[in-house]
Amino acid sequence: MRILTSLCAALLLVVTAAQAKEEIVLGLSKDTVSINTNFDGSEILVFGAVKRTGPIPENPPLQVIVTVAGPSEAKTIRRKEKRFGIWVNVDAVEIDQAPSFYAVATSTLLGLSLTETEDQRHKVSIPRAIRSVGAPDNITDSETFTEALIRIKSASNQYQLNEGTVSLDEQTLFRTSIKLPAALTEGEYDTRIFLTRGGEVISKYETSIYVRKVGMERWLFALSRENAFLYGLMSLAIAIAAGWGASAIFTALRR
Amino acid sequence: MQIYLPIAEVSVNAFLLLGLGGLVGVLSGMFGVGGGFLMTPLLFFIGIPPAVAVATEANQIVASSFSGVLAHFKRKTVDLRMGTVLLIGGLIGAAVGVMVFNYLKAQGQVDLLVKLCYVVFLGIIGGLMFFESLNAIRNVKKGKPPARKKHNWIHGLPFKMRFRVSGLYISVIPPVIVGISVGVLAAIMGVGGGFIMVPAMIYLLGMPTKVVVGTSLFQIIFVTAFTTMLHATTNFTVDIVLAVLLLVGGVIGAQVGTRIGVKMKAEQLRILLAMMVLAVCGKLAFDLLVQPAELYSIATGGH
Repeated sequence: MRILTSLCAALLLVVTAAQAKEEIVLGLSKDTVSINTNFDGSEILVFGAVKRTGPIPENPPLQVIVTVAGPSEAKTIRRKEKRFGIWVNVDAVEIDQAPSFYAVATSTLLGLSLTETEDQRHKVSIPRAIRSVGAPDNITDSETFTEALIRIKSASNQYQLNEGTVSLDEQTLFRTSIKLPAALTEGEYDTRIFLTRGGEVISKYETSIYVRKVGMERWLFALSRENAFLYGLMSLAIAIAAGWGASAIFTALRR
Repeated sequence: MQIYLPIAEVSVNAFLLLGLGGLVGVLSGMFGVGGGFLMTPLLFFIGIPPAVAVATEANQIVASSFSGVLAHFKRKTVDLRMGTVLLIGGLIGAAVGVMVFNYLKAQGQVDLLVKLCYVVFLGIIGGLMFFESLNAIRNVKKGKPPARKKHNWIHGLPFKMRFRVSGLYISVIPPVIVGISVGVLAAIMGVGGGFIMVPAMIYLLGMPTKVVVGTSLFQIIFVTAFTTMLHATTNFTVDIVLAVLLLVGGVIGAQVGTRIGVKMKAEQLRILLAMMVLAVCGKLAFDLLVQPAELYSIATGGH
């Protein structure tokens, strides 16, 4: 009986080893980003190691891709055209789901790290991370609207494609840093790490980074939503007190 | 020093906001305008989301107008009676304006309409004031006495009321109508409406310029307070941190501005305000006519 159990255990070990040859052990410099009054962007260090049971396979070489995605929301992209001599919003395309923040960091060019099929499956590259529903019939070039979204978001560092910024040592230790801009939305930021060989994903690890307001920021935000009338009155009281205060100070100064 | 705004969810330079508040505050005190028509576009420009900019600006105008009106109360240049009549019209107008705004928002194109409103009204008012003040200055130089107040159709209307501070005995209908139209436009354009009301009081109601400023500030306090509450309770877009930074600069500026305004001649004051109004109008018209660098824009949410 005992022989049978140990045999089973050994067999199980062999099977798991064969299935997951290389897996990720991950570390994050922090898993919560606190937004306080003097918040001016943040940097998150993503590092880890590849755990394997066998020797390092020689070819194709191991590549690492790290993605961080902020909460998604629907967007409407509008395009201006000249009508009656002035520039007016004419066409609009709805984007079903677009992350508020999205960063991709890779150990080599993204095109070399991932095949088109795998990109489609895991939605890694920036255009794939955006889910667009069908455009209205009268718009034939809906992809230019998605491109515009990426262009505008990239300009403000909300979307980042950082190729070659993941450093990989001995095909085992990897590290990269993701810069979060100052204009950051609260929420859960999905962080994914992919190991690829020859463009195929061989291992995947998912975790979350929480971005939340703290202290006064948290208190004011909560008050403005939960007790809007009180918040409005407080805003007015502060405004009137400041107006009266300045007047009183100036009168005192003139005497 | 960067500071994170809890409602706007962006990080901006605190000194930049203090400076902007101060600058607009000086103008507010000098001309009796809330300064919203300058500040709101400036806030868009530094990257504050438009909805937050409009709502927060209303709150800031309350502060700078309150500070300004106190200085005017001391000089007895506030016509409380006229202010109250204008205010009644203003509150009705603001409520109607918010309804019009929401209707237009549902139709899309609200941005364009707001900008066209700005261009048309700033253009007309700025142009009229500019030429009128120019003529007045010329007449003063030639030694001609200023034109006497003429009796026009306004004096034939019923419900007459005596406005002692303004030295007027006119019907309440024109001020109420001025109040309503200013309220409507103020709600649509997201401003206090002083830049429309000040010329309307001078040219339509025939009030003396010195009284106009204080009375306009008095009315603006209440209309913008009403707008602030509407925005805070329905859209949750009043950012108190942004407001505090703007109003610290703003209230100090308003005090300085009021003192500069008192030292200046009425014609000079009007021609300066006219030039400023025309400059903002020109900038907005230019933006509409010239091809923008980025043709696409992102709006949150679907249809």
